[in-house]
Amino acid sequence: MKHTIPQEEYMERGHMACLGCGGAHAMRYLLKGLGEKTIIALPACCWAVIPGVYPYSCMDIPLQYVAFEVTGAAISGIEAALKAKGKKDGTTVVGWAGDGGTADIGIQALSGAVERGHDVKYVCYDNEAYMNTGIQRSSATPRGAWTTTTPVGSTKAWKQTPKKNIVEIMVAHEIPYTCTASVAYPEDIIRKAVKMKEIEGPCYMQILAPCPTGWKYPPEKTIEIARLATETCIFPIYEVTDGKYKINKRIRDDKKKNIIDYFRTQGRFRKLDETTIQQIQSSVDAEWELLKKKEKCFGEEI
Amino acid sequence: MGLIEIRWHGRGGQGVVTASELFAEASMLEGNYIQAFPEFGPERMGAPIKAFTRISEAPITIHSHVYTPDIVVVLDPTLLGQVNVTEGLSDDGIILVNYSKDLESLKKILKFKGKVYALDATKLALEKIGRPVANTSCAGALVKITGLVGIDNFLAATVEKFKEKLPEKAVLANKEAIMAAYNGVEQ
Amino acid sequence: MKMVLSGNEAAAYASMIARAEVIPAYPITPQTKIVEKIADLIADGKFNTQFIKMESEHSAMAAAISASLVGARTFTATSSQGLLLMHEMLHWASGSRTPVVMVNINRAIAPPWNVWADQSDSIAQRDTGWIQFYCESCQEVMDTTIQLYKICEDNDVLLPAMLSEDAFYLSHTSEPVDMPDQDAVDTFLGKFDPPYKLDVENPHSFGSLSMPHQWYMEFRYKIALAMEEARKKIVEVDREYGKIFGRSYGGMLDLYRCDDADIVLVAAGSMSSTIRVVVDELRENGAKVGFARLRVFRPFPAEEFRSLAAKVGTICVLDRSFCFGYEGAFFTEIKAALYGIDNPPLVRGYVIGIGGRDVTRNSLINIINDSNNPEIKGPVDTWVDLKRC
Repeated sequence: MKHTIPQEEYMERGHMACLGCGGAHAMRYLLKGLGEKTIIALPACCWAVIPGVYPYSCMDIPLQYVAFEVTGAAISGIEAALKAKGKKDGTTVVGWAGDGGTADIGIQALSGAVERGHDVKYVCYDNEAYMNTGIQRSSATPRGAWTTTTPVGSTKAWKQTPKKNIVEIMVAHEIPYTCTASVAYPEDIIRKAVKMKEIEGPCYMQILAPCPTGWKYPPEKTIEIARLATETCIFPIYEVTDGKYKINKRIRDDKKKNIIDYFRTQGRFRKLDETTIQQIQSSVDAEWELLKKKEKCFGEEI
Repeated sequence: MGLIEIRWHGRGGQGVVTASELFAEASMLEGNYIQAFPEFGPERMGAPIKAFTRISEAPITIHSHVYTPDIVVVLDPTLLGQVNVTEGLSDDGIILVNYSKDLESLKKILKFKGKVYALDATKLALEKIGRPVANTSCAGALVKITGLVGIDNFLAATVEKFKEKLPEKAVLANKEAIMAAYNGVEQ
Repeated sequence: MKMVLSGNEAAAYASMIARAEVIPAYPITPQTKIVEKIADLIADGKFNTQFIKMESEHSAMAAAISASLVGARTFTATSSQGLLLMHEMLHWASGSRTPVVMVNINRAIAPPWNVWADQSDSIAQRDTGWIQFYCESCQEVMDTTIQLYKICEDNDVLLPAMLSEDAFYLSHTSEPVDMPDQDAVDTFLGKFDPPYKLDVENPHSFGSLSMPHQWYMEFRYKIALAMEEARKKIVEVDREYGKIFGRSYGGMLDLYRCDDADIVLVAAGSMSSTIRVVVDELRENGAKVGFARLRVFRPFPAEEFRSLAAKVGTICVLDRSFCFGYEGAFFTEIKAALYGIDNPPLVRGYVIGIGGRDVTRNSLINIINDSNNPEIKGPVDTWVDLKRC
């Protein structure tokens, strides 16, 4: 039997993630693609706890735990030092941060790092809120979601604004490669990891990593929910290589699911009213159409 | 030679700080201790600025401002009447001004009892360098007036300072301007 | 090689002669000439280093820490607001045990905007686990930067160090500076080779979680021990440097004409040189005045101050910073160091030169005269050269 996923493991058993953690899947698949010659800098986020407590670690690769907002700066320093030491060739330098550490507090350092053109790979595992501190909203939390700081209450105080489109912000930096991925599609994560490793220059990847604790669903549903996010087109899977768009998980119009199917799986959207759901549906549709247009206008010639 | 303090007046962009450094560097070639520093603060193109040179046979350790200079050099005549260029200068001091009119009219403006020297350094710079940068000419004139530095060492310091920043032709032009100022300043 | 360099240029050249391998930095007045000079040296092919033009000081320090963990010798420079922005990462550097060397141009903190000499920026970083030096001349900036690599990269120390020099008084003042010979510096410093590195061949995790019952407290204790090691190393390296290069700076506490002094002034930074001039002048008139220059603030030269105190009647401490709600930091710490000794001297504190106000001969004479005044003043009554307000 031919395996579609490499059998090598660089993240071992004994980690400290929650049951059903999307972030744990994301790291495991990413490393299968990147291989053992990888150095990771990771800031405050769930993954600052997941590897284990000193002196134990589930990781087979070097890790630097860094301050919350400095992932981009830390990988810049690692890359420059490897170059100075003549050790850069064959080593992949990765920043691995959550959505808050990427889209909020870490956006400056990330922007600086990719603008300077370091040969670094920045991966955001996106669980759409500050999960490590107990489910507070980040700018990557989608509109309509309950979190402990958008607690809905009796005044419909769910998150009012849309999810920050960090992917397009990265595309605007004109870096060689930007992509989205999802734990629902491990082969896609691995293919993209290999591609990033081969590109010399800054790359950005955003992996949807559902969080049973924060999204309020049973742990065994992680993959199913992640897949629904793509099938409803609220989290499309695509890549932008040298400015050229390509949708990797194409959703045919007749197969496209309604956003309500996705929302019903998660407690965080439980109290949303019909009007808001319709508004979100419209904006998801519009974004999806826009993405298809971008692929058509700025895509590879077919 | 005890401690000598020189104050340079000019405007941002006229090479005031460069002049203060150049004189110091030339003096260092003669085995003296030196210090050169600008007026402390944000420098803006065209705004009046000052720079300072200290030279001494003994090590200079002092790091406070210059309040009573022995020598003042004014690189830009438009500062006269705008800035009190003789402030703190005692009557046995020296002042050299880049000035195109006669010495007597300068003395009248300055109302200074010590030694006053004038040099049309802008004209000289335009002739020799092709740009109205009077800093090297004024410094060259000061070499002659004060005798604090030998002209050979001053020219050597000039070459050393500019050789990496300016084309060879411009370095030569500056040397010519210095020599013309050195020979031309009215004693 | 004898050159005429400003304090900024001396720092840039020192990073070159020490062969800093990674320099993440961000420009700020009055430090800008350091990054510009480094850029020039690289552009002219004289300096082979990885110069990362960072997007903030906070990021600059973060990148320096990571680079140091890879095993690269790192250098950076900042000033004032930039140093304050780095504050979080300063703790991170010492916690990571990364021997980053940084030059800080002592500049006042806003508001109101003021870019002139003031030591409040570095004093505010007192408790970050950094070794702290204050320099008096451009030559000392050059020599101390080189010394710091030797001190910090010692496996018994492995702590970051900050060299402070006053804005403009040193940063922008050109002085004769002798840059030591490259081969001699190479031999003196050797290669930076920390025991643990970020290395794919030998993977380690740096900075993972440690709970209260585990090792956090012990990690902190080891920083405390390393600071004590640094104390010895600072004296040793200064002495060794003196033997090889002909210049040394008094180790922890630089004493000037203190042997038979009745009154000793204490200060750090560029005003030290002006104080020496005043001490010489007063000595000529028969006054028994001396000067103790606080060269190192962390680790604090407590033992050195106790030895000095045994010999003198009055110590006048000059702070170019102020801890609101109490007094100048040097003043506080020197008094604490002398607590419990027999026959302690009178210790008086003066706040001077805040926001770059010039420290003149007259200011210093006034302080020495005031030290004989039996009236003990409160902390806000000892600000020197204050205008009526």
